[in-house]
Amino acid sequence: MIHIDRELEQLKKSTTAMWVLVQSQIEKAYKALTANDRDLAREVIANEKRVNSMELKIDSDCEDLFALYSPVASDLRTVLATLKINTNLERIGDLAEGICKHILSEEKAFDKDLLKASEIQEMYDVVIEIMEDVLQAYLKEDTKLARTIFKKDEILNEINMQATKNITDYIGSDIGKIEAGLNFLSIIRKLERVGDQITNIAEEIIFSHEAKVLKHL
Amino acid sequence: MVQKNKSVKKELNPEYKLESRNLNLFYGPKQALRDVSIKMSANTVTAFIGPSGCGKSTFLRCFNRMNDLIEGVRIEGDVLIDNVDIYKNEIDVYEYRKKVGMVFQKPNPFPKSIFENVAFGLRINGEKSKSYIEDTVEDALKQAALWNEVKDSLYKSAMAISGGQQQRLCIARAIAVKPSVLLMDEPASALDPLSTTKIEELIHTLKDNFTIVIVTHNMQQAARISDKTAYFYMGELIEYDLTEKIFTNPSRIETENYITGRFG
Repeated sequence: MIHIDRELEQLKKSTTAMWVLVQSQIEKAYKALTANDRDLAREVIANEKRVNSMELKIDSDCEDLFALYSPVASDLRTVLATLKINTNLERIGDLAEGICKHILSEEKAFDKDLLKASEIQEMYDVVIEIMEDVLQAYLKEDTKLARTIFKKDEILNEINMQATKNITDYIGSDIGKIEAGLNFLSIIRKLERVGDQITNIAEEIIFSHEAKVLKHL
Repeated sequence: MVQKNKSVKKELNPEYKLESRNLNLFYGPKQALRDVSIKMSANTVTAFIGPSGCGKSTFLRCFNRMNDLIEGVRIEGDVLIDNVDIYKNEIDVYEYRKKVGMVFQKPNPFPKSIFENVAFGLRINGEKSKSYIEDTVEDALKQAALWNEVKDSLYKSAMAISGGQQQRLCIARAIAVKPSVLLMDEPASALDPLSTTKIEELIHTLKDNFTIVIVTHNMQQAARISDKTAYFYMGELIEYDLTEKIFTNPSRIETENYITGRFG
């Protein structure tokens, strides 16, 4: 094993550690939402600092790799992809924090009918599934698995498109439901953004291994 | 979802200056080059890379027939400059070598003054005009980015200037006789980083007037200065493509392994 291989392996370990933390942030945000667990929501917000510091460390490691090893070809693509995946993961961390802030801004638990009407559970199921899939694609360098993400992300986009109508229907003529409805709509928008970030990560995995650019197509 | 391959595009001069067709070269029983075919555009920089003994320097020397001087060498195939086969019998080798300047790994100035080093080629070509020689020496030293450093000491010994300056002097000497091709065999490998940068900058500016071929062991140097890169291994041309392509997404796994340092 040559030296750069050891550095790239270490970079992959750091990225995976950040990935697992961000994944748990998303899962905890979901539990906090459905169980109205406000302590758990506060924990997610507190953990965001750890996500940020991991992002800075990975950025710095990539910078060192560029400066000290002058990576080319697949090594170069790996470092470039890691830099972008790092940014995407940090944004997912921000979104998990944002969801928890919405939970805490409500004085009481979200109405069960709202949870049902908004299809939030279906959304969350997809988010958690594709986060795990894209992590496995990253670890196993499996671009075929990475490609399955795009189709699944469309489910999130569809639910998001329906969300305004679903929540408007839920609010109906009850102005007392407006604030909770709007807060919830923001959560849905954030989950849809998580899907976009995961899609970006899948694109980076494909770029890294196949040198194919899938962006803006 | 549609996908596209990472594309690298670059417009190069459509005229080919240097070419080889099915070139085989033998040192006695040992085959050093195997069926090498390549076309190099005018006014471009081409880098030859590959491990020691891969044949890249041998191939470079084919373009000024320097291998002719080695005993037991046998060459098959064609080597063309400006579409003329330079190995054809009727070719005047000395005339053709004027078209091709060469710079070596170690600076090799003559033990003469700076001025006489640059004027040397002109004088042996029979140039008598003092003013022409003076103007040409000044032009060549300017082109080699050395003029400002030596203009007040032109009659000082060339052996007294630094290694980096000596190498630029050798480039000035090579271009004074107005060749159209410059062959460089690891021209910066014996120089410090600052002198290396100067040589690389010089190569960038010289390609407006010359077709340059450079052999280098320094991957980053090949990446920085060349338009196209050719990877050689065991006498074969494995891959030849735009430098951006070679260093971001080479087509051959052998090239990838070599440039990323995983070769062997």
